[in-house]
Amino acid sequence: MGITSVSHITRPARCIISLLALSFSAAAAQTSDGSFSGPVRFGQQDGEVIYRTICQGCHMPSGEGAVGAGAYPALANSPSLAVAGYAAYVVVNGSRAMPPFGQLLDDNQIAAVVNYVRMHFGNTFTDVMTASDVKSTRH
Amino acid sequence: MYRAMASLGFAAESTYKGPLKLDGDPKGASVVILGAGLAGLVAAYELRKAGYHVRVLEYNERAGGRCWSFRGGDRYREMGGFEQNCEFDDGLYFNPGPWRIPYHHHAILYYCRLLGVALEPFIQVNYNAYIHAQAAFGGRPQRFRQILADFQGHIAELLAKIANQNMLDLPVSGEDKELLLAALRSWGALDSNYVYRANEFTSDRRGYDKDPGGGLSGQPVPSQPLDLSDILRSHVWRRLSAGNTYEFQSTMFQPVGGMDMIAKAFVREVGDLIQFNTKVTAIKQDERQVTVVHQNAKGGDSVSTTMADWCLCTIPLSVLSQIEMTVGKPMIDAISAVPYAAAVKIGLQFKRRFWETDESIYGGISYTDLPIWQISYPSSNFGADGKGIVLAAYTFGPYAFEFTALSPVERLKKAIEYGAQIHPQYLVEYENGVSVGWHRVPWVLGCFGTWSESAREQHYQNLCGIDGRVVLAGEHASYLPAWQEGAILSAHDAISRLHKRVIAT
Repeated sequence: MGITSVSHITRPARCIISLLALSFSAAAAQTSDGSFSGPVRFGQQDGEVIYRTICQGCHMPSGEGAVGAGAYPALANSPSLAVAGYAAYVVVNGSRAMPPFGQLLDDNQIAAVVNYVRMHFGNTFTDVMTASDVKSTRH
Repeated sequence: MYRAMASLGFAAESTYKGPLKLDGDPKGASVVILGAGLAGLVAAYELRKAGYHVRVLEYNERAGGRCWSFRGGDRYREMGGFEQNCEFDDGLYFNPGPWRIPYHHHAILYYCRLLGVALEPFIQVNYNAYIHAQAAFGGRPQRFRQILADFQGHIAELLAKIANQNMLDLPVSGEDKELLLAALRSWGALDSNYVYRANEFTSDRRGYDKDPGGGLSGQPVPSQPLDLSDILRSHVWRRLSAGNTYEFQSTMFQPVGGMDMIAKAFVREVGDLIQFNTKVTAIKQDERQVTVVHQNAKGGDSVSTTMADWCLCTIPLSVLSQIEMTVGKPMIDAISAVPYAAAVKIGLQFKRRFWETDESIYGGISYTDLPIWQISYPSSNFGADGKGIVLAAYTFGPYAFEFTALSPVERLKKAIEYGAQIHPQYLVEYENGVSVGWHRVPWVLGCFGTWSESAREQHYQNLCGIDGRVVLAGEHASYLPAWQEGAILSAHDAISRLHKRVIAT
């Protein structure tokens, strides 16, 4: 048979997640610290700095995620972050197209950035994870 | 030509067996191809030639996928909404994706010949380009020829010393030892005492302090070799073998006028089959047909479907892993097992080709341990008056993630700041630039699929196998990740197997 194309009725509009605007330093809005610490591993230690240096490349400066042919999930107001161990697991091991960062960041760095994200961008998960919590997510 | 190569044993170097032959009548079977990158374009071309009804659904408003070139006037909106307007002068271009083609990538070279895409040499190794290390040689870039000659010369001298003192254990003795010494002298430019030192012999490798000239002032002045210890501690020796690997050996090629000339050539052949601005949201199948659900990529909620007998899906796995598919768990698991690598490329336009006029660097690549990692100079229009585009950064890993996290404006600033440490002329001659952080590219969400050894073992066969009426292709379904050849060969393989199945039913 040949190719057939059919147009269907419109889908319901998607609801849009409301975002918190986040202010960073007085300098250019929401930039990384631009430190380019090293070619093999990241040297940044502060959770917010790590977010700005790496994570916002995909998850965006306000944690809003982004949509193209595929999507980067929003970390803002995200119920998926409720379990800190899960968030750390994803950072260490990757998930589908998200690369694993377990060899590029150590346990302290991963705890720092997970704690940062879970307490910002509209998230208020107050339980703080430690480096040894992160370690237990590694294979 | 390929039969002759096979008889000489050279065909072993590639799986390409010559132009694809899809014999037998598909009796009007239809195929919907998802993605108009090189895998999809090649498949469309070959399947139509074989008698199939073909339709291609493409997310972008152009074909080619990662086979992509920027020219003045192009606009690019990356994920997150950051916009770039390319301001390159007429006639200039920049390849943010693939930029060079090895001599043994037979399939892509075949299609270039077939479709009339002119090729020119891509200069991979330039002995006069720089190797730079921030903490070595006072931060001064060294010429590739100096590092290469001195590294080889010092090593040769060491080895000759050991051989001469009979400290070299078997298996080198007797006649082999004499041959080894002769080879070391020749390879390392050693003098008659097997020493690597400043003289005309070594200057003929590393360069002179004063080049030979003519007339009364023509006498050359030899240059002084660098210390072995300085070279070793600088780590610049890591960059010496870049042109020795199979993928980067001369002769390399690039299409004249931009890599996307290949995509454009395919569009001339199969452009009528392509529906652009189409975002696939589901790939469903049953015993009778495949149904692809899609929307307008530019927005709006209207949903459409396209049905066909078969589906060749070339969508990158970074995107495909988010698309609902009626396929078995093994294929789903395989699609979900491949992370996408980070990469960044930055192209800068300069007012004049200062790297040629000031530094005699014609094409090729300079290496640095700065986060830009390398600078590459255009391989064409040598000596031309006027402007030129330089690849000002091409990096992977942590540096690539960091560049991607910056805004486009900040990326350019950093590329200029770092590059100026090698070429101070940057600061005066810079005009404009574009950058691509591949994780922000809306239609690929990453640069290429990275397979671990265990992922290959576990998932690769399941990824490539036909599942019902659906089969995948793309660089991710090949052993040539990030190479256009991988995309093309995977398409050939997938449609060959598909065709066998179609003919058999």
